[in-house]
Amino acid sequence: MNYLELLKLASPEAVVTVTALIVLAIGLMSARGARLCSGIAAAGLLFAVAAVLELPERATLFHGMLVITPLTSLFKIICLTLAVFTVILARSDKTSRHHGEYLALVLLATIGLMLLVGSEELLMIFIGLELTGLSLYVMTAFDKTDIRSAEAGLKYFLFGSTASAFTLFGLSFIYGTAGATGLAAIGEKLTAASVQPLLFAGIIMTLVGFAFKIAAAPFHLWAPDAYQGAPVPSAAFIASGSKVASFVVLGKIVLVGFGPVHGSAAWHAMVAGWMPVLAVLAALSILIGNLVALAQSNVRRLLAYSAVAHAGYTLLGLVAGGRDGFSATLFYTTVYAFTLVGAFGVVAIVKRQSGSDRETGGDDLTNFSALWSRSPLLAGCMSIFMLSLAGLPPLAGFFGKFYLFSAALRAGENHGLLWLVALALFGSLISLYYYLIVLKVIFVDEAPPSTPTSTISVDLLQRISLSILAGVVVFFGIMPGTLLTRIIASVQ
Amino acid sequence: MIAWTIYITFAGAVVLLFAPRFLTRWIALASTVAAFATSLIAFFQMEIVDLTYFKTIVRVPWVPMQGMEYHLAVDGISLTLVLVTGLTAVSAVLFSWDVEHRQNEFFFWLLLVVGGSYGVFLSADLFLLFVFYELVIVPKYFLIAIWGSTNKEYGAMKLTLYSFFGGALVFIGIIAAYVSAGSLDLQELAQFQFTPQLQSWVFPVLFLGFAVLAGIWPLHTWAPTGHVAAPTAGSMLLAGIVMKLGAYAALRVAINLFPQGFQMWKTWIAVLAVIGIVYAAAVALRQRDLKFVIGYSSVSHMGFVLLGLATANVLGVSGAVLQMFSHGVIGALLFAIAGRMVYRRTHTRDLDELSILGLSRAMPFAAFAFVIASAASMGIPGFSGFAAEITILIGTWKTYPLAVWITGLGMVLVAAFTLRALRKSFFGDSQSTDSSSYEPITLAEKLGAGLLIFATLAIGLYPRLLLDRIVPAVEAMRFLNP
Repeated sequence: MNYLELLKLASPEAVVTVTALIVLAIGLMSARGARLCSGIAAAGLLFAVAAVLELPERATLFHGMLVITPLTSLFKIICLTLAVFTVILARSDKTSRHHGEYLALVLLATIGLMLLVGSEELLMIFIGLELTGLSLYVMTAFDKTDIRSAEAGLKYFLFGSTASAFTLFGLSFIYGTAGATGLAAIGEKLTAASVQPLLFAGIIMTLVGFAFKIAAAPFHLWAPDAYQGAPVPSAAFIASGSKVASFVVLGKIVLVGFGPVHGSAAWHAMVAGWMPVLAVLAALSILIGNLVALAQSNVRRLLAYSAVAHAGYTLLGLVAGGRDGFSATLFYTTVYAFTLVGAFGVVAIVKRQSGSDRETGGDDLTNFSALWSRSPLLAGCMSIFMLSLAGLPPLAGFFGKFYLFSAALRAGENHGLLWLVALALFGSLISLYYYLIVLKVIFVDEAPPSTPTSTISVDLLQRISLSILAGVVVFFGIMPGTLLTRIIASVQ
Repeated sequence: MIAWTIYITFAGAVVLLFAPRFLTRWIALASTVAAFATSLIAFFQMEIVDLTYFKTIVRVPWVPMQGMEYHLAVDGISLTLVLVTGLTAVSAVLFSWDVEHRQNEFFFWLLLVVGGSYGVFLSADLFLLFVFYELVIVPKYFLIAIWGSTNKEYGAMKLTLYSFFGGALVFIGIIAAYVSAGSLDLQELAQFQFTPQLQSWVFPVLFLGFAVLAGIWPLHTWAPTGHVAAPTAGSMLLAGIVMKLGAYAALRVAINLFPQGFQMWKTWIAVLAVIGIVYAAAVALRQRDLKFVIGYSSVSHMGFVLLGLATANVLGVSGAVLQMFSHGVIGALLFAIAGRMVYRRTHTRDLDELSILGLSRAMPFAAFAFVIASAASMGIPGFSGFAAEITILIGTWKTYPLAVWITGLGMVLVAAFTLRALRKSFFGDSQSTDSSSYEPITLAEKLGAGLLIFATLAIGLYPRLLLDRIVPAVEAMRFLNP
């Protein structure tokens, strides 16, 4: 092992790190280099994508601290792409006073995500979690002119650090039981026969930390405030990139590391293990997320509670376990991430136009009324995103749900997970109502006199990026095979 | 070539998004007429022998690793329903000629409903069928919520949530079938032996899910409110096409794939169907709003379809398919007259208010069309309603003689409320003699009404035109000999 090889295999992370430093330096030197910073950040991220493509297909460094497989490469690319969209989204946000710093934080968070995705070793995973988390806390509190941003940042930080403490404590228990920190090594040491209480405490504590990351109930309480209060690009990144990477690593931990102690979540045949824990988290998230979302009048809070519900659906794939279930989870969370970045993009533009609206913050449902007449493009994109979240064909969310639910139903003996699938379908039935309300406000309602009626100007770059995101959602709905083949091939 | 009905309609919808305003109506008309013409040509070109089984017309792998295919097929049953979709679509566009508000959007949503329906009737892949089936729901919501009348947002939301509820049940059923059989292909699934235990719960879930859209009692309440709230074209599509989606899919998927489940539950379906027929007819007798009368009559007529399906014999099921066609045409005609010809001119649908207007003299054409539609709806011989309902009742006689007696009572009620509505709306005690105050019936309306009247007469006088194609297709279905 020499350092040149390390540099070669970690080249994407290195590229992003260098970009972050450059952006930070430019931001420090000139206050008005916002546009330049965005350009460099986006270019650096795209360059990192190219670097990922140049990596060998498989490699392992330091007993799994850095792993390269088709799976990690694919999800590094996805995380980088999401970061690019976040950078574009941030271009016109209020953060422009310290734009360089903000972008540097986005890039640092991205490095954290790449480490999370590309590691199969508990310590490295924890470092990735912390790097992402710390960057995101600052990004959430970045809008110094808005008290909500500060509140959101503080809440996110307090919840997040508690959850990290739990995770680290849990990891130490697991290390104590298995005597190893590599996931594969842990998987070999653990057997279903020798289950100790210490191990279970460790597993549950670890899962608590991840439940916080993916905003699964009952560890979701930070999400509504963070989604609503944070600057829009930060919220978009928390909801997309951070979630995708967390699901990838959670899947690897439970399926590879804790593989032998999976237990069972089948109805009338529950066996202790991580599966019933995740099943309970999923069921609670679906119920709480959907029911509370019904009562929301702020679009970002609504998206936050719906995110809780979606975390529940996504967990279904992990509860199902196996290659099929994991692929379903990965497909769903990827599609979901792209959809949410798009939805937040629309929210950002609407919010900017009605920015003077101090009372609602400019992202209340009423600010969206009659959006179709102000900007048909935004209305069209938003309806595609909402309908995909609602799981209606021919959009990507529908195929994702079909694949998830069929994987879950196939998993248990004798349709053991039917209860969870039925619950999830019941939840998505509820969710259709509030997504439809958003569409109703956009297309049916007349604009109240207080909202500006002028057409919304959307600049070319945002026009293109929103169209691309909407196009992606439609494309993965009509041709899900393109993404699915890659995911299935990368999951062994 | 019948697959082109789907493509033409969706292409029309996409073009409409970008078309200049003065062209929209013509584009909508052109694409619906072209699709209808395609189905007519297919109807006369295809050999009857080819329609006896669900024959593949297009088959392309879609998501190979999950076994999904873009697979279209056609048999006599599908073809009948494609025809009624085309008929209703063309006349719905003609009856929407006066829509001015957000015109492009209106016809866009309308064409999505039509295109999705063509897709459902021709799908031979369960996943594809469900995609088209769900595709129809959201456009319906917008059609009603934006362009509707009376309590439109409530009606639209209720209809949509009921549809989604049905859709969720169907979703469970489809996944269960898919996971058990490992295939989504309707032709393959129809050969697969599902365990009786699975059939006993998947069948009712699937059937109920589809039957919500067919207006099964007691889940029918979306239909009257939705029909009343919808714009004229919306009600026409709902009555003419959308309710058929549910009934068709119930036959094609639930009954055909799970014959043993069907045998277990068919008595219950018959009971619900008979209750629906009588109950809806009785409720219609008490309505004051003309569209509510027609809305409940739709539920009553769809009860016949469900009763026909529940008989589980060739005659009853064929009659049910014929009734789907017949009610599609008659229901669309009734709603067109009530919504476009009468309401747009008088601005009231209240029967008491209409009765003093003396509409038979003011709008002779409307009165003429309504008399014909009422006669067809009551099941007077010579119209398609008679041919369909008599076939169903003969079929029912073999299985549930008691149901025929009760249904007979229902038919008396149907005649009663239809005559009441007819008398009050057009032939009331006129106090005004001013017959020129309404704008004349336009050519588009005459064409639309003429098309539908022609269809109901043609099938009424010569039902074999359709039955020759339906009966062999029904005979080929599996539930007859499970």
